Amino acid sequence: MAKRAKAVEAEIASSGESTFFPLDKVQTGIKGLDDISGGGLPRGRTTIVCGGPGCGKTMLGMEFLIRGAEEFNEPGVLVAFEETPQEMQRNVASLGFDVKKLIDRKKLFLDYIYIEPSEIQETGDYDLEGLFIRLQHAVDSVGAKRVCLDTLEALFSGFSNDGVLRAELRRLFRWLKDRNLTTVVTAEKGEKTLTRHGLEEYVSDCVILLDHRIRDQISTRRLRIVKYRGTSHGADEYPFLIDRQGISVLPVTSLRMEHEVSLERVSTGIADLDEMLGGKGIYRGSSVLISGTAGSGKTTMSASFVDAACRRGECCLFVGFEESVSQVARNMSSVGLDLGQWTRKGLLAHEAWRPTQYGIESHLLRIHKLVDEVKPEHLIIDPVTNLTGAGGEEVYSMLVRLLDYLKSRKITAIFTSLTANGSEDLEKSEVGISSLIDTWILCRDLEFNGERNRCVFVLKSRGMAHSNQIREFLMSDQGIRLVPPYIGAERVLTGSSRTAQEAKEKADLLVRQHEIEQRQEALSRKRNALEAQIKMLRADFSAEEQELERIIHQQQARERVLEAERDAMNRVRSGSPESSPDATMTKAAGDGK
Amino acid sequence: MKKKTKPNGKSISNHEPPMKLRLYVAGQTPRSLAALSNLKRICAQHLDGKYELEVIDLIKNPQLGQGDQILAIPTLVRNLPQPIRKIIGDLSNEERVLVGLNLREEQAARSSAPTRKAIGAKL
Repeated sequence: MAKRAKAVEAEIASSGESTFFPLDKVQTGIKGLDDISGGGLPRGRTTIVCGGPGCGKTMLGMEFLIRGAEEFNEPGVLVAFEETPQEMQRNVASLGFDVKKLIDRKKLFLDYIYIEPSEIQETGDYDLEGLFIRLQHAVDSVGAKRVCLDTLEALFSGFSNDGVLRAELRRLFRWLKDRNLTTVVTAEKGEKTLTRHGLEEYVSDCVILLDHRIRDQISTRRLRIVKYRGTSHGADEYPFLIDRQGISVLPVTSLRMEHEVSLERVSTGIADLDEMLGGKGIYRGSSVLISGTAGSGKTTMSASFVDAACRRGECCLFVGFEESVSQVARNMSSVGLDLGQWTRKGLLAHEAWRPTQYGIESHLLRIHKLVDEVKPEHLIIDPVTNLTGAGGEEVYSMLVRLLDYLKSRKITAIFTSLTANGSEDLEKSEVGISSLIDTWILCRDLEFNGERNRCVFVLKSRGMAHSNQIREFLMSDQGIRLVPPYIGAERVLTGSSRTAQEAKEKADLLVRQHEIEQRQEALSRKRNALEAQIKMLRADFSAEEQELERIIHQQQARERVLEAERDAMNRVRSGSPESSPDATMTKAAGDGK
Repeated sequence: MKKKTKPNGKSISNHEPPMKLRLYVAGQTPRSLAALSNLKRICAQHLDGKYELEVIDLIKNPQLGQGDQILAIPTLVRNLPQPIRKIIGDLSNEERVLVGLNLREEQAARSSAPTRKAIGAKL
């Protein structure tokens, strides 16, 4: 007795431990679904995919098989009860799946079981062994690991014996489980139950509900994991879309804000704006909102950023909701930005579509997909406020998710936002995402003196010193300039008042310069005149001097002559021999020497 | 030539082609064996040899079930005369089998009263 109790205890303990082991899951390969389900569908178990008509159940089942065969090397079997294999192939061929190739390579087996109720007469006891045999044959022929039954409820229309049918269904699911085949079973949604015929009684490992609803004339598809035994899963409704690559489910973003941030600063493409942002520009991987009224230059600013980024060799994705690709390119070329060259070089992916074309979830899904495909370093959405027309109150939560996603990938996000006219409302962004944004650049119009001039200022920029100046925004074919406005005695002048004032100052400056020049000239003239005068005086003086010297000289010469004569006369008078006239003459001549 | 008259008035003449029947079974289960014996009996009683019977064992040849889209076991398929009729079950309900093989009117089989007398009365 004690031994047995111990054995039972041990069993319970061991079974208790086994529930802590994680459930073995099979990846579907369907974008987003593996994230929501925590790794995929349960291995070796059956999953019910239910929904209304046209929800995408068959698509999900088929994609599960095809991707299993192509990506995970798990061959699959599709047993179709409603469409022929050719029809099936055609349906998925439009999605780019080459089913025929998989069939040829023995990775996929398409079986079509046709049940025509009018043909069948029930006489006595029977079971559905034929189905099992068929299934076994199909599974053996390709070595399948995955099975899709679409749709099992066709059996209910073919065979009226409910009791037999239910017993056989139970047997079927056990059969699939015994062979460790991961199965997807599609079913129509019932009125009050998940499936019309209550299949969920037998299959309770995992149930996925697909929904396709129309709201405001726009269709949205949603997916919900109603039940997934043994694992935690996202229990919300997730929007998904079906496009050329199959099904994509909007991925779950991490709920914890554990993003890595970058310290690197990148230029906005406008030198003056970089100056206003601490001199270096914005942080890489941050989010920027450029808001303003119509025509305030938001698209142009974002295009400048793109230009600068592409010049650095960084890939950009530009999503436009207002203007077509060619229109933006044309408009930007008028300010000297050639976006076409970056598109050609593959550095810019430029997509545009109308916001009213899809629901909000589809927009965001498309953006997600583009981001995954293109792997840009910067994403521009112009404008983000157009999405409110498509989505309403959900836009905020969707944008939160998108921003989260972008931050986790360190992708810089630039959103432009169109605000209503009226200067007070400019800071009340319609979408209300301003608290999520790191840098907010506001474009405001100043009206003064019969003119309206565009001004730009940085409302906030987290993590850096930024200017609080309101600068005038000027666009020309040489690009964008943010000119500091003239701060006059009483007011700030912008526009033509500023240019007028600047012109006036320039003129004043010129006049002053002119004056100085004139004075200098006058001075030099005077100097010249003065010098000329001096020269003349000197000349006069030297002439006089010369005259005087000549006179002196003459005088001296006369004096000497006179002296000599006097001497001579004295000698003559004294009667000495020497006083003979010849002698005196020679003596005088000798004295005179 | 003896004219064989069936109780509902249809006659089988020797000019009519024989009925082509195929019985799908899965192994030697009691149900399959019961179906086979029931079938042989019904054929002996009503078809008087004017039939061709093929017994296919899907366990041995699984792919043969694909052509006739066999899901239930046992299934009796009547290929000729057209249209193709499928009768599933161990064939214990003789009335239904005969209706299925188009050897009896549908309404008559549905009613609980013995049919032979009723139809005989019609004649």
